[in-house]
Parts: sequence; C-alpha cells; structure tokens
Amino acid sequence: MTHIFSMLVENHQGVLSRIAGLFAGRGYNLESITAGVTTDPQISRITLVCEGDDNVIDQIKKQLNKLIDVIKVNDLSALPSLNRELALIKVRAKPNQRGEIFQVADVFRARVLDVGIDSMVLEVTGSSEKIDNFAAVLLPYSIREIARSGLISMERGKKQTTEPEGQRKGASEKLNDDFKITIA
Amino acid sequence: MKISGAELFIKALKAEGVKHLFGFPGGVVIPVFDALYSETEIQVILTRHEQGAVHAADGYARSTGKTGVCLVTSGPGATNTVTGIATANFDSVPIVCFTGQVSRSMIGNDAFQEADIVGITRPITKHNYLVLDRKDLGRILKEAFTIANSGRPGPVLVDLPKDVILEKGDDEYPAKVSIRGYNPVLKGHPNQIKKAAMELKRAKNPLFYIGGGIHIAGAVEIFRKAVKKTGVPVVHSLMGIGALPGDDPLCLGMLGMHGTYVANMAVTGADLLFGIGNRFDDRATGDLSKFAPEAKIVHIDQDPVSISRNVPVEVPIVGDARLVLEQLLPLLEAPKINDWIKQIDKWKEEHPLEARVGRGSDAPKTNKAGAARGAEAADRRSIGHLRPDRVIQTICEVFPDAIIATEVGQNQMWTSQFFTFRHPRSLLTSGGLGTMGYGFPAAIGAQIANPEKRVIDIAGDGSIQMNIQELATAVYNNLPVIVTILNNGYLGMVRQWQELFFGKRYSSTCLMTGAACPPQCKGPGDHCTVYRPDFVKLAEAYGAVGMRVFEEKDIKPALTEAGKIKDRPIFIDFIVEREFNVFPMVAPGAGIAEMIFSEGRQG
Ligand SMILES: Cc1ncc(C[n+]2csc(CCOP(=O)(O)OP(=O)(O)O)c2C)c(N)n1
Ligand SMILES: [Mg+2]
Repeated sequence: MTHIFSMLVENHQGVLSRIAGLFAGRGYNLESITAGVTTDPQISRITLVCEGDDNVIDQIKKQLNKLIDVIKVNDLSALPSLNRELALIKVRAKPNQRGEIFQVADVFRARVLDVGIDSMVLEVTGSSEKIDNFAAVLLPYSIREIARSGLISMERGKKQTTEPEGQRKGASEKLNDDFKITIA
Repeated sequence: MKISGAELFIKALKAEGVKHLFGFPGGVVIPVFDALYSETEIQVILTRHEQGAVHAADGYARSTGKTGVCLVTSGPGATNTVTGIATANFDSVPIVCFTGQVSRSMIGNDAFQEADIVGITRPITKHNYLVLDRKDLGRILKEAFTIANSGRPGPVLVDLPKDVILEKGDDEYPAKVSIRGYNPVLKGHPNQIKKAAMELKRAKNPLFYIGGGIHIAGAVEIFRKAVKKTGVPVVHSLMGIGALPGDDPLCLGMLGMHGTYVANMAVTGADLLFGIGNRFDDRATGDLSKFAPEAKIVHIDQDPVSISRNVPVEVPIVGDARLVLEQLLPLLEAPKINDWIKQIDKWKEEHPLEARVGRGSDAPKTNKAGAARGAEAADRRSIGHLRPDRVIQTICEVFPDAIIATEVGQNQMWTSQFFTFRHPRSLLTSGGLGTMGYGFPAAIGAQIANPEKRVIDIAGDGSIQMNIQELATAVYNNLPVIVTILNNGYLGMVRQWQELFFGKRYSSTCLMTGAACPPQCKGPGDHCTVYRPDFVKLAEAYGAVGMRVFEEKDIKPALTEAGKIKDRPIFIDFIVEREFNVFPMVAPGAGIAEMIFSEGRQG
C-alpha cells in the first residue's frame, strides 16, 4: 500500500541524502520526495511517498525515526490530510487547437502559463490522481514534457507539527504507544 | 579565549576522559597530532594501518564499555577506516573516528587526498558530521561522543577540514547537548513488562535467548539474578556469549548455524522465547518458517528497528536491557518446568560438541602432506594432527579468565564452542560483519585498556595475515598479546563449505596453492608445498616471540611458557589437522533443528 510520510528534519547538509540513501541501501520503494523549509529556518519538512506491505512500512518508519537528523515522522495515510502535487505540462498546440486546450484546462482548474506558436505550458495542482487524469486527457495533443513536483501534505485541523519540542511526548512513551496496538 | 580547532579537539578528549587514542597521521591532520605531541594525559597509539586503529579502538570499547577513539588523515587514511567502522556499526560498538579533510575551499575540487568520507560512511555509521563552521565544532564534538555511547551505541565519524582545525575560535566545549531528533528510550513500558512476566510464569517450555545487548547495557549481573530466580534455561547468540557462565547447567550454549544441538532443539521446542538484546539474525534463526514454531516471543531491545523485523513478536519492549530487567525482576516468578528441564538434559546428552573431520574426508591424516608444513617441519612425519578443539580447551584451562579475541572462520566458531566463557565482555569477535583481520588489532586495543588481564587472539592462518602489520604496534607498546594461530593451511570455513556443498572443489581456499599444484586439487597430499609465511620467523622478525606446536602434549607447556612473557607479543603456530570441520552445522537455508553431525547423520 502507498503511504505518505510527512517529516520534520534538521535543516542540516546531507539530510536528504541520508533519507534517500536509506531507501536505496535497504531496497525500499521511494515514489517521490519533496523538501522545503518550515516557518522555523532550522527545520525542513520532507514529504515522501513510498510503497510497501505493512512490515516494510513499519520498518521504514522505524528506520526514519532512527536517523538522528529526523525530528518527527508522521504517517499521514492514517490521518485526515491534504495532499497536493503540482505539475507543469508542455503540449504541442497548433493555433486552432488552443481553444480546446483552454477548455480542458478550465475543467481541471489548470492555468496557462505560456503560449507559443505551436506549444502551450499548463500548470495544474491537485491530488496525484487528478494530475494523472489531466495528463491523460491531454495525451491526444501530444505532451512534450511533464515536470511533477512530487507530493506535499499537511494534516487537517489546527494541530501544528512545527513545534516539535514542547508538545512532544517523551520518545519512550511514544515508541511504546506505537506498540499499544499489539497489547490490546 | 580563542583557541584553534585542534586545541578544542584536545579539550574535548580530556573532558570525555579519553586516555588513549589510536591513530595514524597524514598531511591535513599534522596540526592535530602536533597538539597531541605535548599532551601527557592522552596517549597516542600509532598503529601500522588505519584499519588496525579502528579495530583497536573497537576492542578497547568492547572490552570496557568506554568509547574508543581514533584519528586518521584524509583520503586514503579515511577510506582505510571503512571496514573497521562497518564492523563496529554492525556490532553496536561505541567509537568516535576523526578524519582529516582538505580545507573547505577545496572540498569538491578533487583536491589531493580528498575523499567524501561522510558520504562513504553514511550507511555504516550511527551518525556522521562534516564540520563546516568552526563555531559548530564544540557542539559537534559533544554530540559525537553523546551519540556514540548512548542508546544503541555505534560509531560516529567526524570529518575535520584542515582550515577548521587551524582556525581560532570559541574555546567552549559544552557539558551537555540536547539533540531533538535523538531520544533513546530507557525504561520499558510497565504494562508490557507485566505481560512479559506473566507469559514467563505461565510457560511450560520457556527459554531465554540472549544477544550482545546484554553486555552493552551492563545487564549481565541482573540477568543472572533473573535466571536464578526463575530457573529458566538460556541460549545465546555469538554476541551474547558470557551472559551466563558457559559451564552453568542452565546455559545451553549458542543457537544457530554452529550452535549446540541442545540449544537448537530447545528453541524449536520452546513455547516461550524470551529475547533480550538480540536481533534474530539469520545465522541464529536459520529458515524463519521453521524457527521456534511453537513459541510466543517476548523481545526486549534498545532499537525498535530490531523488533518484529524477522519474527513477529507478541510482547515487544523497547528499552535499555538493564533498566527493563530492573523493572522486571521483582515481577518474575519461577514457572513449573521440571519436564522441560528433563527433556533438555536428554538433548544435552545426545550430542555433545566435538570438532570432526568432514563427511567427505578420510580419517584424520598424520601423513606426508602434513609433513611438508612449517618451515622446519620437513622431517617430522607426525605433524598436522593437532585437534583445534583441544587447543582451545587448553587455552581455556591455562587462561580461564582471559579476554579472548577471535578472527573469523572456523577459529571463531570453535572458540565459541570450546572456550568456556565466564565473564561479561570477555569475547571480542566480529559477529555481524564477520571481518577477518579484526581479532589481532582488537586484542591490542583490549590489552591497552586492560593491562592487568591476559588478552589472547584465537586466530586462523588466513585471517591473521589481514592485519599482521600490527605486530609492530604490539611490540613497541610492550603488549603481551598471545596470538594462537590454528594453522590449517586453509581458509578453513570456506573450505568446509566447499567440502560439504561444492563437491570438495577447493577453489582458492588452500593457502599453499602455487604453480606446482594440480589444477583441481581435492585436498592435502604429497604434492603439498611448504607453508608460508613461517609465523615463528615472522614474529621474531618483528621482535615478538614465536613458537610452534605439533604435538598435543606440547600445547599446555607452550601456553604456560607464553603466559610468563609480560612484555612482548607471542605468536604460537599450532599446526592443526587440515580438514577438521565445525560441527554440528545447519546448512544455509535449513531450519535450525536440521543439524548435520560429523557422521553425516541428520538430526
Ligand atoms: C575480510 C574478509 N574476507 C573474506 C571473508 C570470507 N571468509 C570467511 S571465513 C574465511 C576463512 C578464514 O580462514 P582462516 O583465517 O584461516 O580461518 P579458518 O576458517 O581456517 O579457521 C573467509 C575467507 C571474511 N569473512 N572476511
Ligand atoms: Mg585457516
């Protein structure tokens, strides 16, 4: 099953490489990874999408938590969350096709960023499936290039994940909490 | 006050109580060695290879629990540490390894002796750092020592660019650091602990399964109390040796590929397997589908990653083994297990341990093939029939309280089988990575940390050559490390697999193979040449003592003689039967109850 992890990490050099290296070295399946700073410049948020059975996902979560530069790992697949991806799509578009493409773009709430003599660049945001669908609809116009950002995610509601210290439970309680499922 | 990076480094070592540093210099770290030059509190031990320095720091750490420290130069100095770091990482050994790096402005330019050692060692360290700002140095040094020796310990590497080493800056070395992404769990969850105690009390066939974590956590003493209170028998992994004295009736020995019959049968018959500080490693479990099929599993470990990875665990407890056992001990009650103990005693009698020639071989040879071995041996017809098990049992008899290091291969497995370990932290062996060449430098590190103890490396003739240059280190530091070479002329463990599973095709495992050998040699014979090197002469060339033993009756006198020497290393070349095998054995991929014995019978 596909999981989305939203992580807070120290904004140290090499962090991304540690995480990517973990996936490569242990043969985990990484579908996308995005990174950017948070309101605290010392902390970055990394969103990663990965696939695996429950055992593998469990290991991935533990291995990520084990990295010293990783402050917090949230598995958003289990929580109500907002997931968005952005894509730029360049299609071949003869002047007489532009109108159709504008219409399609409108349906997907995509924006036209650039119009050339025989090409257009469109920007679309949404869930990964929406982008897949949009790309599929554009296929007849011959897509020249797609750039996708990878997924970013956020939990719904008022909970704030960027203040990891104060509100964070002792790691010990937290870890053993994870195991409570098995106690019950 | 403003001080240089090198001076802050020294200040940090002193604050951490570092008395010994294993090192090897080079261009970019000259200023650090320069700062150490006039230091009296920190002794620098110059090894002859950076790998030796790391293994020595590792042996120092394993034998004491203190953090081992090494310092090497950039580029090749740094890359030479890789095997040592990976070895320590696999076995959770606290070391801090400092590497020099080219100046910051040159990083990335393929400068002379530049290597991205932080990138190279990322997957084999607990954590690592490249210091890019002199003002971070104090904090990073403190974090390195903190991380290396807390939680599940491990190696930390700190890469120090030359200009950071030279730059003057803050002299502060913090007394404490808090690392927000790093909070090792200490105490276990009380409910889980209650549950574990209840499971143990209810069990009919309970068994403790102990790993290296018991030594790391300093939990041996309290664990022995738990065994006494419950009467539950114990199996251990290679790293768990010494958790219970080897001659305690409740100690069933090692489980797994070269475990004892009784240990493997007990695991297979157990209804409760109570793991502490172990990892359910594949060498211990064999085929997982046949591992402990009847058992509920309780697992106490510091590292959540180890829990429920290879086997599903009913009662997981994350925490420090000693602290968890302290919580657990008052709750423990003795289960009623008379029948179980009777069954165990029966298994014990069925198959005691013995080293034997393999299924494919003839009877032990006392022939001309052996006669060609050893430089001065040409005229001695009876050589080459020492039994490795007898050698090790005699080492144990003469030095029962020694710290034993091993190399890797048959020597390592026979040591685990035939030396009766009684003390915690008394076996230094590369368990996870299985690094040939580990034992000798590790023994040197342990001897430096434990000057009052005997330290012995039980070696193979192949492995010892992988860090033999450290003889010079031992000689110049007057270290009376005894190296007992079980000289079988083979990369014996690999040869054993070839004998059992590859039709005796001894491809590249005979250490005497040369131009004159038949193209497909099927074992020792008249064609065999003289064994090189002559370890006796080699030891003497370094200024160490060399001895050679051919006859069983000479084993003990040689060891006793070696025991009298207090100021130099001693090499004893034991000419053993060439084709002895380690038995019993579980074939790779088989279940651990499916054991092969010397007669070739399946258990
Ligand atoms: C560095 C390294 N290279 C290769 C191996 C594979 N290996 C495992 S045991 C062994 C044979 C070791 O020979 P020796 O030291 O003579 O020990 P013996 O088995 O004969 O006692 C080899 C080559 C290893 N463990 N480590
Ligand atoms: Mg050998």
